[in-house]
Amino acid sequence: MISINDLKAEIDGKEILRGINLDVKAGEVHAIMGPNGSGKSTLASVLAGREDYEVTGGTVDFDGEDLLDMDPEERAREGLFLAFQYPVEIPGVSNMNFLKAALEEVHAHKNLDPLSAKDFLARVREKSALVELDSKLTNRSVNEGFSGGEKKRNEIFQMAMLEPKLAILDETDSGLDIDALRIVANGVNKLKSEKNATIVVTHYQRLLDYIVPDYVHVLYNGRIVKSGTKELALELEEKGYDWIKQEVDV
Amino acid sequence: MGYTEEDLKEDLKGKEYEFGFVTEIESDKAPKGLNEDIIRLISEKKNEPEWLLEFRLNAFEHWQTMTEPEWAHVKYPKPDFQDLHYYAAPKQKKQVESLDEIDPELRKTMDKLGISIEEQKRLSGVAVDFVMDSVSVATSFKDKLAELGIIFCSFSEAVQEHPELVRKHMGTVVPSTDNFYAALNSAVFTDGSFCYIPKGVKCPMELSTYFRINEANTGQFERTLVVADEGSYVSYLEGCTAPMRDENQLHAAVVELIALDDAEIKYSTVQNWYPGDENGKGGIYNFVTKRGICERNAKISWTQVETGSAVTWKYPSCILKGDNSVGEFYSVAVTNNYQQADTGTKMIHIGKNTNSTIISKGISAGKSQNSYRGLVKINKNAANARNFSQCDSLLMTDTSGAHTFPYIEIENSTAKVEHEATTSKIGEDQIFYCLQRGIDEEKAISLIVNGYAKEVLNKLPMEFAVEAQKLLAISLEGSVG
Ligand SMILES: Nc1ncnc2c1ncn2[C@@H]1O[C@H](COP(=O)(O)OP(=O)(O)OP(=O)(O)O)[C@@H](O)[C@H]1O
Ligand SMILES: [Mg+2]
Repeated sequence: MISINDLKAEIDGKEILRGINLDVKAGEVHAIMGPNGSGKSTLASVLAGREDYEVTGGTVDFDGEDLLDMDPEERAREGLFLAFQYPVEIPGVSNMNFLKAALEEVHAHKNLDPLSAKDFLARVREKSALVELDSKLTNRSVNEGFSGGEKKRNEIFQMAMLEPKLAILDETDSGLDIDALRIVANGVNKLKSEKNATIVVTHYQRLLDYIVPDYVHVLYNGRIVKSGTKELALELEEKGYDWIKQEVDV
Repeated sequence: MGYTEEDLKEDLKGKEYEFGFVTEIESDKAPKGLNEDIIRLISEKKNEPEWLLEFRLNAFEHWQTMTEPEWAHVKYPKPDFQDLHYYAAPKQKKQVESLDEIDPELRKTMDKLGISIEEQKRLSGVAVDFVMDSVSVATSFKDKLAELGIIFCSFSEAVQEHPELVRKHMGTVVPSTDNFYAALNSAVFTDGSFCYIPKGVKCPMELSTYFRINEANTGQFERTLVVADEGSYVSYLEGCTAPMRDENQLHAAVVELIALDDAEIKYSTVQNWYPGDENGKGGIYNFVTKRGICERNAKISWTQVETGSAVTWKYPSCILKGDNSVGEFYSVAVTNNYQQADTGTKMIHIGKNTNSTIISKGISAGKSQNSYRGLVKINKNAANARNFSQCDSLLMTDTSGAHTFPYIEIENSTAKVEHEATTSKIGEDQIFYCLQRGIDEEKAISLIVNGYAKEVLNKLPMEFAVEAQKLLAISLEGSVG
């Protein structure tokens, strides 16, 4: 699905990603953990194509194509989805309108017929039920005045609507109450298939009880310094990051 | 035939010319310059009654004592008023054989706006068949209005056909001496629109200048008068979203609205005059005086979407004279490149329980300057007057400017006046969020800007609103930085 090779990126001349290597295959779930400021969101942003970051080295292959060569909107249309750590508000633009615009683009890109209004609404109903998103929220302006948890839920709702190949969830669990966490995780699990893949960025092992990862990676100082299975997450929960930092810094 | 423009000039100098000879000369324009004789010539050519000539001459006399206002936040070289032609015989728009002869840039924009080929031809002056759609639409339209006693015609026609109505109302809201440009307009206006809605009649369709029959080139000094008699209602649309070019750089229009007891006038404008090129060369100067008066329980709403002109100077206002009258102003003003806009409103509360609302959304891109200037005045006797004002500015670039100049004068202690203002910069985060969902930058800007302006766009009649949305997007193409 995605193959990241020695990816390096900087912002304002400051190197943040210092050679990331990661392979994610269809059907897999990967978790990325790591201390604050280690570069997790940066990695997500660079993959999504945010222009503030300058890629200074490495390659990324996305389903046989050169990801770094694509514009951000093209990456999205090709099926890369980022659930933002801090979703932005777009006043005056209804969630429905926004999603309709997005779906139209994706469909046009794939040479599919545009969704009819009826099918679109049916899909909204189905997918909002999946994450138990209040129908009032789907009609409101994008994220405007949403609570922190509602914003996160809305991200997963959008993901459900767009059905991406690769979803990157950046701390989608932070700010969710316990029930919401379960609901969102269930949503993600239901959307899982042999054809898509998920990268979950999180600080908490708790989420991984619900969304069970095939692999867990630790990002530290711009590199993946340790990879393992879900047991690694348990170990991190128990011991923190110091032991890893020590291993690396030696 | 032997008579030349030079001879004409001589005659005018000597002030001895006789009216009526102009038809014999080949030139279709009066000579440049502004003086009493030119005004007499205009009035004579238009076969106007004596009182109207008096009106013009009074305005001219006053105008000569006035100086061009300097207080607006705009900079431009002052026009030389003696270097303009003030009268041109009504002539056919230059006809072209096919659309291929039209500026491709202009066509591209019209395509994007979704303007039909037929309509494009009409707007660009391409010769078209007689069975053209809009002609028949306009005819049946006029029949229907006549049945209801509604008068909707050119200003010149109104002067001939309904002189008593014009005389009674003209200049009562915007006196000929009101300001420099209004005085100029009053002296030299050549045409415009007139509309009268009889008592108790609700006009069943939007009246659009766009469909007005006999639409001659109304030119640079346009005059509009709308009178809504007691208990009547009218929604009036001015302008169109298609880009408008004009060889005249200076435009100074006057619009007067009169809403008698219990009447309502909704006046919507889309202004898209040529704004000049991306280096700030060319473009129209648009200096407009728009004002309405509300009698008892009457209501006037101004809604405007301003995207054109190099310099805009415009303050559609309401005089809330009657008790319980209501004034509204909803505005979106977009400036890009080197455009400058100084626009806003005045709400003058005179009657008791009068209520006004001001929603202004400025959008500045490129190196443009966008100012809101508004006055809320509550007179001594305006007990329980209310005003709510909200003035938002959206900056698309670091090089553009947004300014707000609210003036509030309150002479009655029972008044309640609220003012809110915000300035924000279009977020790169917002744009990236859209990109990440597969929406390209152009569409993203369109979504964000239309969302921002939604409160105002919602006030426009449906068809107009859809076009206005596209227009906003086009005006701001490639403008984030
Ligand atoms: N625009 C920027 N300018 C300068 N430094 C930046 C910028 N964006 C990110 N950084 C720095 O890059 C580093 C990595 O940030 P990033 O947001 O990727 O961390 P993270 O692993 O997601 O952290 P957290 O767990 O707190 O979300 C941090 O030191 C951060 O300060
Ligand atoms: Mg982060």
